[in-house]
Amino acid sequence: MTAPRFVDPSLLTDTADGPALLGSRCSDCGAHTFPRQGGCPRCTGAAMEDVPLSRTGTLWSWTTQGFRPKPPYTGTEAYEPYAVGYVELPDQLLVETRLAETDPDRLEIGMPVELALVPFRGDDQGSVHTYAFVRRTS
Amino acid sequence: MSGVAIVGIGMHRFGRTEGVSGRAQAVHAARRALDDAGLRFSDMQFGFGGSHSAGDADTLVSELGLTGLPFINVANGCATGGSALIAADAAIRSGTHDLGIVIGFDKHPRGAFDTDPAEHGIGSWYGETGMMVTTQFFGMKIQRYLHDHGIKPDVLAEIAAKAFRNGARNPMAWRRKEITADEIAAAPMISHPLTQYMYCSPGEGAVALVLCRAEDAHRYTDRPVFLAAATFRSRRYGSFEVFSPWLALDRAPSPTVDAAAAAFDAAGVAPAEVDVAQIQDTESGAELMHMAETGLCAHGEQEELIVSGATAIEGRLPVNTDGGCLANGEPIGASGLRQVHENVLQLRGDAGEHQVPGDPRVGFTHVYGAPGISACTVLTR
Repeated sequence: MTAPRFVDPSLLTDTADGPALLGSRCSDCGAHTFPRQGGCPRCTGAAMEDVPLSRTGTLWSWTTQGFRPKPPYTGTEAYEPYAVGYVELPDQLLVETRLAETDPDRLEIGMPVELALVPFRGDDQGSVHTYAFVRRTS
Repeated sequence: MSGVAIVGIGMHRFGRTEGVSGRAQAVHAARRALDDAGLRFSDMQFGFGGSHSAGDADTLVSELGLTGLPFINVANGCATGGSALIAADAAIRSGTHDLGIVIGFDKHPRGAFDTDPAEHGIGSWYGETGMMVTTQFFGMKIQRYLHDHGIKPDVLAEIAAKAFRNGARNPMAWRRKEITADEIAAAPMISHPLTQYMYCSPGEGAVALVLCRAEDAHRYTDRPVFLAAATFRSRRYGSFEVFSPWLALDRAPSPTVDAAAAAFDAAGVAPAEVDVAQIQDTESGAELMHMAETGLCAHGEQEELIVSGATAIEGRLPVNTDGGCLANGEPIGASGLRQVHENVLQLRGDAGEHQVPGDPRVGFTHVYGAPGISACTVLTR
């Protein structure tokens, strides 16, 4: 069985703990970005280096998606509810992400979460994955 | 340096006008504004204007008149009208021109805007995975704001109910039927905590303004309104903006804070002196946040102001007296100039059923939009 396809492999890197999102860090001022970029939005320099982003964090804000978006969305044809949010990765940044949990009653600012790769569409060659954050239990 | 006066205003009704192009609506608004000032297009020394999806403003001269005037297209998203106004303000203040016109218009297809990530410098994955959706941004932003300031979400329905109440009193508005806060709260959830009736829709409409040197204003009108300030700011590192795959840990104030402070400073007016305000209400939460970000009240104070009726037309701080974006829709190119048009009506005392009582003398307008921009004006008489 082949590994699931990922929506954009340039967003990911491998770490000892598993896949992580790949960002940039400014070697002059320490600002982080996601995805990678060449210029620093804080100090306006251009000394950015690749950095794996934390696989764990806390939920900073969230919302739900109540209808199937128009293109450029390419998710499953039938509307499947999903949630999105920003996750605070300590000492790095807030990353925007899909959330595995879609029930508003079980989403709460401050809840601990961790990175997961989840399917968001499929075709005759199998499913395509993207990143999401799920509630951290351990 | 000369001051700047608004001596003519014109509008094409907002909403949906089948069979009438955005350009035709712009021409209608321009002719109304010229009539209002007792002028002809041949008197105009410049034109600035734009639309997002209804064509180039400079082509309007084929209908308005081929006079040779410099007509500059402005394309600045939600700040298109504001930017055109800033250009006109600078042209007159600098002495380059004495008299000219700004025009904002649009005609959007139904439904939420769909945006190509590439236009924002973002990879296609962002749109493919369902994050290039403006309605989500507003949900996340207000979710965090309510959390930070201990505000109950119930107030969001009250804000929308006020917009539809005001729209019902405004013959130029799109949504003219009152909707109760209970109905608004019970409507389908779009992006938690915001329901369907808490969001504005893309629409159609056009606004034109004729501006001149302040000292010339009485040639064209006996009730000039003065453009005391027109400002524009973009986002700083750390502000929370739409289409952001990441945000900085450091929080910075929104461009609204910068643009509003600059406007009040340039006008020499304090926020407490504002008699009537039109502020960006793309959705209910935006009005809530922007009331404080513009300096019209303190963070956390909004709930009491809204629930007590202080922001109603008869209240002590009337906000979005024409129904705002919620009741008028958002034709991007025209929306900011709609706010200025409404404040001119209010300051002239011509707003009819939605007139603010008490002889208002100071009006404030504020737009906010992608990708993190804000434009504000202060009008006086």
